[in-house]
Amino acid sequence: MNNLLEVKEVSKNFGNFKALNKVSITVPKGSIFGLLGPNGAGKTTLIRIINQITIPDQGQVFLDGELLNPTHIKDIGYLPEERGLYKSMKVGEQALYLAQLKGLSKKDARTRLKYWFERLEIGDWWNKKIQELSKGMAQKIQFVVTVLHQPKLLIFDEPFSGFDPINANLIKDEILRLREDGATVIFSTHRMESVEELCDDIALIHKSNKILDGKLIDVKKQYKINTYEVGIRVNNKEILEQELSNKFDISEANFKTLEDELKLNIKLSETDKPNDLLSYLSSKGEISHFVELIPSVNDIFIQTVKNN
Amino acid sequence: MNHLPLIIKREYLTKVKNKSFIVMTILSPIIMIVLIAVVAYLSQLNNDKVRTVSVLDESGLVQETFKKSDKTTYHFLENMSLEEAKLLSKETASYGLLHIGKFDTIETVSDHVKFYSEESPSLTLISDLENKLEKTFTNIKLQQQDIDIDLINASKIRVEIAQESFEGEKTSKIDSFAKLGFGIAAGYLLFMFIIIYGNMIMRSVIEEKTSRIIEIIISSVKPVQLMLGKIIGTSLAGITQFVIWMIFGGLLMTIVSLVIGINLFDTATSQQEFMQLAPQGSGFNFYFESFKTAMQNLPLMNLIIAFILFFIGGYLLFSSLYAAIGAAVDNETDTQQFLLPIILPLILAVYIGIFTVIEDPHGTVSTVFSFIPFTSPVVMLMRIPFGVPLWQQLVSLLLLIGSFMFTVWFAAKIYRVGILMYGKKPSYKELIKWIKY
Repeated sequence: MNNLLEVKEVSKNFGNFKALNKVSITVPKGSIFGLLGPNGAGKTTLIRIINQITIPDQGQVFLDGELLNPTHIKDIGYLPEERGLYKSMKVGEQALYLAQLKGLSKKDARTRLKYWFERLEIGDWWNKKIQELSKGMAQKIQFVVTVLHQPKLLIFDEPFSGFDPINANLIKDEILRLREDGATVIFSTHRMESVEELCDDIALIHKSNKILDGKLIDVKKQYKINTYEVGIRVNNKEILEQELSNKFDISEANFKTLEDELKLNIKLSETDKPNDLLSYLSSKGEISHFVELIPSVNDIFIQTVKNN
Repeated sequence: MNHLPLIIKREYLTKVKNKSFIVMTILSPIIMIVLIAVVAYLSQLNNDKVRTVSVLDESGLVQETFKKSDKTTYHFLENMSLEEAKLLSKETASYGLLHIGKFDTIETVSDHVKFYSEESPSLTLISDLENKLEKTFTNIKLQQQDIDIDLINASKIRVEIAQESFEGEKTSKIDSFAKLGFGIAAGYLLFMFIIIYGNMIMRSVIEEKTSRIIEIIISSVKPVQLMLGKIIGTSLAGITQFVIWMIFGGLLMTIVSLVIGINLFDTATSQQEFMQLAPQGSGFNFYFESFKTAMQNLPLMNLIIAFILFFIGGYLLFSSLYAAIGAAVDNETDTQQFLLPIILPLILAVYIGIFTVIEDPHGTVSTVFSFIPFTSPVVMLMRIPFGVPLWQQLVSLLLLIGSFMFTVWFAAKIYRVGILMYGKKPSYKELIKWIKY
């Protein structure tokens, strides 16, 4: 079994509103899976279904090959987007309580909490009340509580919100380390640069339907635009630009260079080879810049959502 | 995994450790005792005041009637007209002037008795005067007709109807008082308990919503479990508080009554009442004895079992609704419109209990309302001391359990959806829709 999680044709209606329409996703073991989509697309509903908070109208969810059932609660760690803690409860007590709800014994929970609190350098917060902590501090505790019971599947909904860049990096590193230790991560966020950086697989949900999924690299290939960003030093820029525009589809490019160069995006047709373009250009002048344009997740997101 | 004990424990501990809870637990009995003591002291103070009543007796019939008592002294005015007497009593700041005119017959005299005063006089004083005059005038009338008053007094016979059920259980009026006391206390206790701790449950649900911890919790436990844990934990905290109040209050009462010397347990009037009920009244002993038999005559076993069952059933019925309301709204101010339909049947139950059960514990109204689930716990608890057939208790209890399961199911549905809903205040229509989600 290579997939930790399989969601099969899951649908969910709230009254007349269709929140999910036959959505299927597969999350490979040990991967970081980006669950993307505009606001109100149905991501949270899907996550809640995986957490057994909401029951789907149709479809099934399998975790590690088994149909999802209440014993799986201990296998999943969930950090919701709307998150908080009991304000008037002490940090330690609260963390112990939440850990015990996930099935840890009090003793185990205490040992592991000690470990994590030291690791994140928050050991001296144990007897503080949540209302005395800042938002970022509370977020750290929530993160600890989410991962404490060493679940197979971690679901993070906007995990970096509320963190300063240093702490966000800290949490990012912890997530990567957890993955190395064998956890699978589902990651829902609107920050495309984190998706770019972390995710192996993505799925895009829009208006209750899944409209795109796969390995991030495959998706990118699929959205390949065959366009190269080119910088070339020539004496007469206008003449070369004219020449090129006769042969290729060109547009203005914008990147930083040291000298005043001709900067263009050149789109090749199916038959053109980049090497041919390169040798053609090298005969015209000195090439300072030659890069294939890879669509960013951001571009893919916007393009796909707009087209649907 | 069963997390119920864990949730109950947390709910209980956070409630009990809460500062305002502790303060309330300690302060409430003190405040109550102080209040009672102040009221008792004030009413005593009022009673201690000696009033002077001027009497202008032109008939010469009532010289012997008015003797100085603890509360009232009588000042007889002589040889002056009514106008002079009025003026004089006003000047001497008398409480009032009692005027008895001179007429031929005793009937006319009694028809023309008048009381003049600055302000309207106290009712007890007037009825006291009336009693005294009535007695005197009756005696005079009897004497006029040559009837021996002593003979009449000696021939007076008191009747005390002994009560016994067909099964041979003896009862008395004191029994009825005890039953009534028990019934009203039990019903009222339930009513208070539901309102105080129902609200506490509701607030605790709202707190989880506003602090946004709810989604973290319900990814680990079923909402129903969380709801039940909350209800049970809060109830246990409530019971703890009640028990502390009872013990603490009892202790304080004893201390205060010892120190101030006011008997707070039974005021003078209630003692008098009991005295009057005693046929061969032999003071405190009799009162105590008859109270003891009254206690023995109560169906105690039945009462205790029924109290526990109806208390739990009624409490769960309402508290689950409180939990549902908490889940449906975002803040406490939005709860009003949903609270009204809950509180109305409760208030109705208490009034029906107090007014109809006293009148006729087995009449149609009280019987019917002791079956309707939303009023049955209170009304039935009030009826049971008077002896309710077992089948009625069972049917009522079954109905209660049935509807309790329904409201828990219903509340759980609303709870499950409501806790994840933020923003606008839902309408009743939306709540119904949630059930289908």
